[in-house]
Amino acid sequence: MARLPVRKTYKLFIGGAFPRSESGRTYGAQGCNVARASRKDARDAVSAARAAQPRWAAQSAYNRGQVLYRIAEMMEARTAEFAGLSSGRDEVERSIDRWVWYAGFADKLSQLLGSANPVAGPYFNFSVPEPTGVVAIVAPEEPALLGLVSRIAPALVGGNAVVAIASEGAPLAAIELAEALATSDLPGGAVNLLTGQRAELAPWLASHMDVNAIDLTGAGGLAPALERAGADNVKRVVHGAADSQGLAEISAFLELKTVWHPIGL
Amino acid sequence: MTELSPRDPTPLLPIDWAYAAAPESREIVTIAERYGLFIGGEWVEPRAGASFTTCSPRDEEPLAEIAQAGAADVAAAVDAARAAFPGWSGLAGSERAKYLFRIARLLQERAREFAVLESLNGGKPIKESRDVDLPLAAAHFFYHAGWADKLEYAFPNRSPRPLGVVGQIIPWNFPLLMLAWKLAPALAAGNTAVLKPAETTPLTALAFCELLLQAELPAGVVNIITGDGATGAALVEAAVDKIAFTGSTEVGKEIQRRLAGSGTRLTLELGGKAANIVFDDAALDQAVEGIVNGIYFNQGHVCCAGSRLLVQESIAEAAVEKLKQRMASLRVGDPLDKNTDVGAINSRAQLTKIEQLVAAGSAEGADIYQPPCRLPEKGYWFAPTVFTNVAQSHRIAREEIFGPVLAVLTFRTPQEAVEKANNTPYGLSAGVWTEKGSRILWMAERLRAGVVWANTFNRFDPASPFGGYKESGFGREGGRHGLEPYLAFESA
Repeated sequence: MARLPVRKTYKLFIGGAFPRSESGRTYGAQGCNVARASRKDARDAVSAARAAQPRWAAQSAYNRGQVLYRIAEMMEARTAEFAGLSSGRDEVERSIDRWVWYAGFADKLSQLLGSANPVAGPYFNFSVPEPTGVVAIVAPEEPALLGLVSRIAPALVGGNAVVAIASEGAPLAAIELAEALATSDLPGGAVNLLTGQRAELAPWLASHMDVNAIDLTGAGGLAPALERAGADNVKRVVHGAADSQGLAEISAFLELKTVWHPIGL
Repeated sequence: MTELSPRDPTPLLPIDWAYAAAPESREIVTIAERYGLFIGGEWVEPRAGASFTTCSPRDEEPLAEIAQAGAADVAAAVDAARAAFPGWSGLAGSERAKYLFRIARLLQERAREFAVLESLNGGKPIKESRDVDLPLAAAHFFYHAGWADKLEYAFPNRSPRPLGVVGQIIPWNFPLLMLAWKLAPALAAGNTAVLKPAETTPLTALAFCELLLQAELPAGVVNIITGDGATGAALVEAAVDKIAFTGSTEVGKEIQRRLAGSGTRLTLELGGKAANIVFDDAALDQAVEGIVNGIYFNQGHVCCAGSRLLVQESIAEAAVEKLKQRMASLRVGDPLDKNTDVGAINSRAQLTKIEQLVAAGSAEGADIYQPPCRLPEKGYWFAPTVFTNVAQSHRIAREEIFGPVLAVLTFRTPQEAVEKANNTPYGLSAGVWTEKGSRILWMAERLRAGVVWANTFNRFDPASPFGGYKESGFGREGGRHGLEPYLAFESA
């Protein structure tokens, strides 16, 4: 007799755990019942991100790079599953390579983006990039996997914590990604993934006073209203690329700190 | 009372220690009766013909009639900048550089005149406009001049190009210096500009227009329009490619809202509530000088002012005692007196705001101290003020006062200092005073602020990027980083 396969329940990824939506709601996508996150879930995700961010940022850049590389390793092992949930093998391989590319950037940022500044006085003056803090990401509708990875990775590599809204129509790859993240030594809460309705969730993140930056790459027509809401706490607004990698994608989620100290005897 | 020195038999004469003022002469400054708008390299009258009077805050003396630019004037200025853009951006970087070098030199040559005008119109001590504002304004042009033909070195492989027309709105606390912070990087990058100086301090910006004519800067590259908040709002909504704003967080948020969805680029340099943190091992006399400089420099009209003193509990009493002694020696008075340490409050409106917040400080239970000092009868004045017994929940510990008012809080551990320092929606600057190097770096790493001054405070330099975290804004001014918001790049 043929064995009955065990199906997966698709849930959210918040604080390193996989809860159902507190609202009890699901919606149909890709032939499955997927958790439909609520305002409360979004707020829980922001709390988890805020709690995790200092710990993630405090890890050495070398260490963060290794964690990102580990994510690539975990994805590679699940290539077949990811291929079935995305546009196929090519998208999966490019997503894995994107993690690897960013992994190698973690311990280069300060040298490329920082500086020692020649001020006209007896002071040592230097500038270093630092994470902005908690970043909300409205991921592109497609490519569902590569788009999500392309937006999360540059925010994460600089030491930010992320709350991302997955592709609404194709959310399963995001949950599969959550399972890879959960086994990659990433501190719980450094990345939180919400599935559900973009138009319902995004405004709560845009107006949330403890979110420092919002990535509207996948926001489409919602963007102007979300930008307006983001002004309430002077959020950094990022319109990134759904499929590209670059230093500018990273620096969009960084602040610059300048430190002065006198030189003397 | 006279004593005889064994070597010198001449008896010392008793000295009269009565104060003698050392006023800087106004003679060097010529102020026109009225000013138009500087558009397309010419002085033009505002379409609606409206104007307002600009005064000196030191005695409310009317200085000149200033044009109030309306939306049509703003549009004309943007058109002039747009028309000038192809020529200016098409000019070889090395030639743009020479114009900026020329402006820097002219500012150095006319520094005294601009310093006097700045103090007259804005109320800041001549000592500061002469030794800080003017040298730094000239330095900003000189520094950025050198970038104009080196942008490819600043951003390799990214094909930097100018944005087009930038709209710039600046505050009244460092009128000419903020103009320099805005115009120098914008022009170096190849943009043309429409700049609106603050309503209460337009005179140095208008004098700067004459300097631009002397420099023979091509017409329309810089346009200066004067007016109030309505003029600023019109500029925000005009057909510009970027807005750069320095001012209050409240207005900054409103600008961000208005530009939502427009695609117009934006940088904001907004308010602050900086913690100046003094540890028990700090060189206390130096720290006290830093505290005084941090909050009483420019009457506290400084967005990055060290308005919250966090002092370690074990030395709090001694530190506050020294601070009070030092405050008693601050000379408050005529901005044009070369001895003056604390000048006039910039405007009646600002004075009212300071008075209200100080009243709230007392009402909420903090203890106020003001050194004995006689304030002039005319004009806008506020004595240097320190509050002790301040709680973090007090308005004077949370809100930006933008005046010579310090709130003192205490802490026991470095962790507590970081916690309290970061307990604000702002994140512009912070100060740390300790003799322990590893602690400086530990603190600097954890303070959520764009500028950290260790064993110093309120230092500025064109090579040093400046700007805030959180609600203190985004974007940097100064250094290589300050060029970036004025450039577009080839997408990868």
